[in-house]
Amino acid sequence: MKPSTFDSFPFSFVGPTLNRRHVLAGAGAGALAVLAPRRAGAVLSIDINQGNIQPMPIALPDFVAGTPGEAEMARNVTSVITADLQRSGLFAPINPQAYIEKITNTDAVPRFADWRAINAQALATGRLTRQGDGRLKVEFRLWDVFAGQQLDGKQYFTSPDNWRRIAHIIADAIYQTLTGEKGYFDSRIVFVDETGPKRQRIKRLAIMDQDGFGVRYLTRGDELVLTPRFNPSTQEITYMAYGQGQPKVYLLNIETGQREIVGNFPGMSFAPRFSPDGQKVIMSLQQGPNANLFVMDLRSKQTTRLTDTPAIDTAPCYSPDGKYICFESDRGGSQQIYVMPANGGPATRISFGQGRHAGPVWSPRGDYIAFTGLIGSQFAIGVLKPDGSGERILTEGFHNEGPTFAPNGRVIMFFRDLGPGPFLYTIDITGRNELKVPTPSYASDPAWSPLLS
Amino acid sequence: MMNLRQFLRGARLVAALAAALSIAACANLGGQNGQSNASAQATPGSQQDFLVNVGDRVFFDTDSTALSAQARATLDKQAQWLTNYSQYTFTIEGHADERGTREYNLALGARRAQTVRDYLVSRGIAANRMHTISYGKERPVAVCDDISCWSQNRRAVTVLNASS
Repeated sequence: MKPSTFDSFPFSFVGPTLNRRHVLAGAGAGALAVLAPRRAGAVLSIDINQGNIQPMPIALPDFVAGTPGEAEMARNVTSVITADLQRSGLFAPINPQAYIEKITNTDAVPRFADWRAINAQALATGRLTRQGDGRLKVEFRLWDVFAGQQLDGKQYFTSPDNWRRIAHIIADAIYQTLTGEKGYFDSRIVFVDETGPKRQRIKRLAIMDQDGFGVRYLTRGDELVLTPRFNPSTQEITYMAYGQGQPKVYLLNIETGQREIVGNFPGMSFAPRFSPDGQKVIMSLQQGPNANLFVMDLRSKQTTRLTDTPAIDTAPCYSPDGKYICFESDRGGSQQIYVMPANGGPATRISFGQGRHAGPVWSPRGDYIAFTGLIGSQFAIGVLKPDGSGERILTEGFHNEGPTFAPNGRVIMFFRDLGPGPFLYTIDITGRNELKVPTPSYASDPAWSPLLS
Repeated sequence: MMNLRQFLRGARLVAALAAALSIAACANLGGQNGQSNASAQATPGSQQDFLVNVGDRVFFDTDSTALSAQARATLDKQAQWLTNYSQYTFTIEGHADERGTREYNLALGARRAQTVRDYLVSRGIAANRMHTISYGKERPVAVCDDISCWSQNRRAVTVLNASS
């Protein structure tokens, strides 16, 4: 989402655009008229860089339905927005039973005194109307209750089956207006669904919304699949699968189901990840006892060797600007994180904290690298800065693994296996807000998509 | 009425029985280790013969690819058997326990398979009879979440190809 545009002309359609090809085909968005004059002075906001944040009390009354037939969908949109904001840990939605004013007209200025009385700092109101052409129109306004002013107002047009996405997009808009940071709710997770006994696990690729809804399976479970990763620019993933013979890195188009092998290498290829421009796949190739890093250009199919060491070099990940690669290597005796230029060359070890450091992944913001820390018999999720400073452990125990960043770099998803099987969890990068992510069965190897719009 | 001494003796017996049962269960999970009673019936040169009279797997220390004396003894027997029955091609599967990260364990399993491959080649087995594959931590045989199981999962298994 682009920054909100309070000052743009009403209904001008110059606000945020939903540019993601097919999912919201024909969708439109625009800014709503500002209903109250802006006042000088402090604007409501959360500073999410502080270590200990008081969640902001926010009121989210059910969106007004254009006709009674849309009431259920209007309530559902409101509850998805509410759940997104609550799970972020930055907002404390107020119990609707405390509400005094009943919002019936979203084009009228709310009675701020009624919302101040229940200590709401922000108020989001909205309306959902089915258009003559069958599309939905969803509008919302975000209010600063104490300043008595409108902070944001937008409207969206889409097909009714996109109601969840519109809810996530509105939650992102609220998050962005109140924190100054982009949101992450309109995004998806690709992961490995696990069923069956531990000795004969059936693993399937699956994709779902970041809040666990809309699970869709991408493979049938007749072959072992591992470590799916999103292409940052298209609807494509790369992953490792045991097809015939040696396990290989594959590409899969998640819309068409078309798949292809990446490269034609004699041995095992594994640990793939896309470059930020989506044009290359970086991965490990097993050669005898050693694993080295290679990159393949997907257009020219040209493969370039990046490391040549008698060691296990694996789990490579680009910096968001594409200039560097972080990876793990046991070249110094145990798994540690190294950084090198994207074209190869000298690698610098950056992890010097306790224990081993594995599976580094660069934040989309560029500010942190998350990792799996192996400290004694514990498996921790931690972060450090790309220069190696500022190492912090966010959560530990047996057995946490496989961090992946939300598109805004503020939240990390990972999997935790307490013995019988793994589940997905999120934790914010302060380590304060840890939550389980609902999945239909055991789940591992999550990878977070970029924002869809 | 049972006195305390009798009760304790009984309890010890139950404890000993439980221990014996759990060892048997673990051995079963490990599978095909050559301790089976079936050894008498196995036809020489059959896959069953290889499993029960030679042993299809060797074990490794944590995060190690070094072959122990016991592992080398098993591989010497494998090499002898594979020399006698040269019609077999085979795959060496490398495995790791769950106490490692996914990507690293794939490479570690590959290293273990490679170590066994190199050893068998050094004992005169033709390299073109064997393939290696790593399963990382994806195919544990023992799942009891403690050291007795992990040690069974850190393994390289020589799997004879059925069609050979």
